[in-house]
Amino acid sequence: MKITREDVLRVAELAHLELTEAEVETYREQLDSILTYIDQLNRLDTQGVEPMAQSLAAGGDAQLREDVVAASPVAGDVLAIAPDPSKPYFRVPKVIDR
Amino acid sequence: MSANGWSVASIRSALTCRKVSARELAADFLSRIEKRNAELNAFLTLSPERAMAAADRVDGMVSRGEALPPLAGVPVAIKDVISTRGTRTTCGSRILENYVPPYDATAVERLERAGAMILGKTNCDEFAMGSSTENSAYGPARNPVALDRVPGGSSGGSAAAVTAGLAVAALGTDTGGSIRQPGALCGIPAMMPTYGRVSRYGLIAFASSLDRIGPFARSAADVATVLGVLAGHDANDSTSARVAVPDYAKEIAAPVKGLRLGIPDEYFGEGMDGDVRSRVEVAIERLKSLGCQTVPLKMPHSSYAIATYYIVATAEASSNLARYDGVRYGLRVPGTNLLEMYKKSRGRGFGPEVKRRIMLGTYALSSGYYEAYYLKAQKVRALVARDFLEAFQQVDAIVTPTSPVPAFRLGERTADPLQMYLADIYTVTGSLAGVPGISIPCGNTSQGLPVGLQIFGAHFQEARVLQLARAYEQAAS
Repeated sequence: MKITREDVLRVAELAHLELTEAEVETYREQLDSILTYIDQLNRLDTQGVEPMAQSLAAGGDAQLREDVVAASPVAGDVLAIAPDPSKPYFRVPKVIDR
Repeated sequence: MSANGWSVASIRSALTCRKVSARELAADFLSRIEKRNAELNAFLTLSPERAMAAADRVDGMVSRGEALPPLAGVPVAIKDVISTRGTRTTCGSRILENYVPPYDATAVERLERAGAMILGKTNCDEFAMGSSTENSAYGPARNPVALDRVPGGSSGGSAAAVTAGLAVAALGTDTGGSIRQPGALCGIPAMMPTYGRVSRYGLIAFASSLDRIGPFARSAADVATVLGVLAGHDANDSTSARVAVPDYAKEIAAPVKGLRLGIPDEYFGEGMDGDVRSRVEVAIERLKSLGCQTVPLKMPHSSYAIATYYIVATAEASSNLARYDGVRYGLRVPGTNLLEMYKKSRGRGFGPEVKRRIMLGTYALSSGYYEAYYLKAQKVRALVARDFLEAFQQVDAIVTPTSPVPAFRLGERTADPLQMYLADIYTVTGSLAGVPGISIPCGNTSQGLPVGLQIFGAHFQEARVLQLARAYEQAAS
């Protein structure tokens, strides 16, 4: 068993996911079986192999544009779909106690 | 006007000689959707006003005798992970149930500028995570060929819509096989372009180093025309390539005689359905009869692709999906403090597969496991990509089955997530490498279920892939 109940709770905490008791056990079993499958990667010797983070091919290299200020006239539309807008802000539960 | 009779070209000529108006076409397709969607669940949201406005623009051009753009009057469907201004975009998730994007994806903008009429948004696995469309929070889509079976996924709604004649073309997205596999299971051409070929601005991210947008249509020629409209650099997507776009619609007609086709051993091993194997073998013989040569290949890292993919994709997903916190958009479940609000919103807003992948990705990136999982997977990814680069020094294209099995029954594979992941065994390799690939129909199993033939090309060699697809299609018809 690679994954314990504590692992699941730790990861759920990191991922900001509230899980039910049933989910904790289901995910423990499933992650355990998936990670056991993934362990086959350790059969490969990858010494000296450069990790590949992106698949941009020759001629397709990312290029950064000039960083210039441009108008983005969507603030009203964005606030219109917010769960709790208070123009020009998003309102959230109190974060700091005094 | 037969149900499935329209193509990009036939619409164009019917409009030009005024046999039909774009408005009539749009109305006809919308009424077909109304009739069929209850059983197929291919569409989640319709955009009739938007389609009619586009139709009016096209009819205006016709009446003024103006030259028509390449997709004039073509009814299209858009996978619901691609942003459409003013039209709800859910990603198949409860967390975005009421999300209405304030802007259009570049792909959507380009389709409309080319005259396409956007009918609506198609069903998909939640955040494109799945291979059957059963992970949609809005119920599964069904395969028009066999209603008790899945259309594949994650772009199952788009594949079902085109197959059932509810749209002439559709956009899907492919991260590990999500365009090609549903194309294969429904029996229509479906293309994943090279990474960087099509702008992803406005595509709601799943795994950024893998996600691609591409077309479904009913012929290789239509795929080529739609791809031509979508392709090209976009200043709003730093990963979009500055590589010239060929005229795919023209280049598709080039002869395929003498092309070398690689047949990798690793794609013909155990676990493949017998009918799939024999259909694919017959298809390869047909390509040989067109003058192609076959070259046996070894791509030794193929069997590691699924394990690699499920680390890379989930790690990226855990990061990309961190944005759903109930603050700025989407579902908010109230909590007594901010952290509790985040956890409740995410815990209730995401479905089981999305949570599973966020957990897996978070684990793989967490302190103490990063090197063992994420870094290791990135290194193996480089080896999988190297297999492709080496292969393309010997061959012009690689031909394989798209999916090891034909369309499976609803519910058949949902119990075991790993079993579902293995549905992508032949498609994830090309996703990791960044190369283009198409799935084209190559006959049916004895039960009448479609089989897909996959053709991979080298980076930015979509034209070659399309030439082979078209040549095969013409020889088979």
